[in-house]
Amino acid sequence: MIEALQFLVAEPRPNSFDVDDTSSERAAPPRPETAALPLDLRGLRKSFGDNDVLRGIDLHIPAGQFVTIVGRSGCGKSTLLRLIAGLEAPSAGQIGFGEDKLPGDVRVMFQEPRLLPWARVLANVEIGLGTERSSPDAKARAEAAMIEVGLDDKRGQWPAVLSGGQKQRVALARALVSRPRVLAFDEPLGALDALTRIAMQRLLEDVWRDQGFTAILVTHDVAEAVALADRVLVIEDGRIAKDLLIDLPRPRQRGSAELAALEGEILRDLLKGSEDAFEL
Amino acid sequence: MSLVETLARPRTWRLPQADGLIQWIVPLVIVVVWQAASSFGLVPARVLPAPSDVVVAGWKLLQSGDLVRNIWVSFWRASVGFAIGGSIGFAFGLANGLSGLSARLSDTTLQMVRNIPHLALIPLVILWFGIDEQAKLFLVALGVFFPIYLNTLHGIRTVDPQLIEMGRIYGMSNLELFRRVIFPGALPSVFVGVRFALGIMWLTLIVAETIAASSGLGYMAMQAREFMQIDVVVLSILIYALLGKLADSASRLLERLTLSWHPAFQKA
Ligand SMILES: Nc1ncnc2c1ncn2[C@@H]1O[C@H](COP(=O)(O)OP(=O)(O)O)[C@@H](O)[C@H]1O
Ligand SMILES: [Mg+2]
Repeated sequence: MIEALQFLVAEPRPNSFDVDDTSSERAAPPRPETAALPLDLRGLRKSFGDNDVLRGIDLHIPAGQFVTIVGRSGCGKSTLLRLIAGLEAPSAGQIGFGEDKLPGDVRVMFQEPRLLPWARVLANVEIGLGTERSSPDAKARAEAAMIEVGLDDKRGQWPAVLSGGQKQRVALARALVSRPRVLAFDEPLGALDALTRIAMQRLLEDVWRDQGFTAILVTHDVAEAVALADRVLVIEDGRIAKDLLIDLPRPRQRGSAELAALEGEILRDLLKGSEDAFEL
Repeated sequence: MSLVETLARPRTWRLPQADGLIQWIVPLVIVVVWQAASSFGLVPARVLPAPSDVVVAGWKLLQSGDLVRNIWVSFWRASVGFAIGGSIGFAFGLANGLSGLSARLSDTTLQMVRNIPHLALIPLVILWFGIDEQAKLFLVALGVFFPIYLNTLHGIRTVDPQLIEMGRIYGMSNLELFRRVIFPGALPSVFVGVRFALGIMWLTLIVAETIAASSGLGYMAMQAREFMQIDVVVLSILIYALLGKLADSASRLLERLTLSWHPAFQKA
């Protein structure tokens, strides 16, 4: 772990946590003090032509919170995430990060890994360093990120030979290597098989706990949403229809009665008022 | 073309050595049958000379230096014409693939010109250039231009937009985006164009040298026809085939080297 986190020391950020603290490994470590950024969405709207996708989102996300977003297909989850990542401009309203963010501060991960097929795995991870990718320690930082996602032995491979789950882990390493302070995920596990999904959920939770960024995860899997989240948001008709805090200890027991109850509550909410054909 | 073929072909286990040799079995059988047919008088030498006669004719021309000189002239015309037409086609493909303005300006015009068979220009080209070198270079360059232009353009336009967005997210400059994402993404398609262009290059050169030249393989064949040297005619045809095959192999090799990341080119 110490080795894995060495690149964190290379470039200290204000408030960055003490690396020695993380040696306590996975078993319920104290939440590290983070350099995460809070998010403030004010009156956020987005329309495509006369399709009003987001109709006024007001939301404060404290630094370091793990938020999951669920909602019917086409309700604007991806749009919201793209606005947060700065890939689209809002039609109205604004997004604040508490302070001025730097280029590597907000990262996104998509359902498709989006790796360059013609670059080796390590070179793909180095891309994540953004404008710092030509710095002398770029390679070391990329290698550290590979260790973090448990793919150290694949650094010299072509992406084409990796499995779907491994490709997503490379994409995660690429997103992590710049030490983002906000990490947005758009159904990153949507294309994976059930077992790989569970392994990846654990990995996401682990890196989030290690690095303490603010995590915003869009998912169509309500069980995944309640298992990972500090807070679940349900989006409906372009607004936040439900905002549910989940205050259960981590790591959470899959299939526990509390999680199942929460999942049922959210599912009922999603189903309510939309009896006719819909997909989650 | 090869990439498409390679992609379509299921990957099967095979002996690497046998693979190199196996392709020569059919040509070898043809030569043997041909020689036998000539030797037993089944095919009159007037129609088709025996392979051995062709070899003898080749040897004589080799000794007189004519063969090497003519091959060299044709090879030079092919390469220079290819280089000129290929680089202009590549440049237009890049410009029109990357810039909407450039595409709006020139693409329609180029698509119209494309529909003129370039060999139809031969009379015009002879009026312009006589039978000078420029005439042959012009025709080869023109023939090579379109496959390279079209495939470069297609390659750039079909680069995965998600990869381009990824490059932008991670702060790549335009130049870097081109060098790391767009160009490598377009390369397989560019190679398809190169291999089409090589075929057109030889075809154009043969026709041009046959009609309007005073040196080169095509000219050698036409001269031989006038003197009823059918063995030299056949020799020229075989040399064209060989040069075509060489050019194709060279482009395949280049493809394999530059596309080693591609699943179709990865060895098990
Ligand atoms: N770039 C775009 N141009 C036009 N319409 C879009 C665009 N992006 C998304 N939309 C529309 O916005 C709506 C929400 O899309 P999206 O955010 O992808 O939904 P979700 O991720 O929740 O399934 C859809 O109706 C979609 O058609
Ligand atoms: Mg979506």
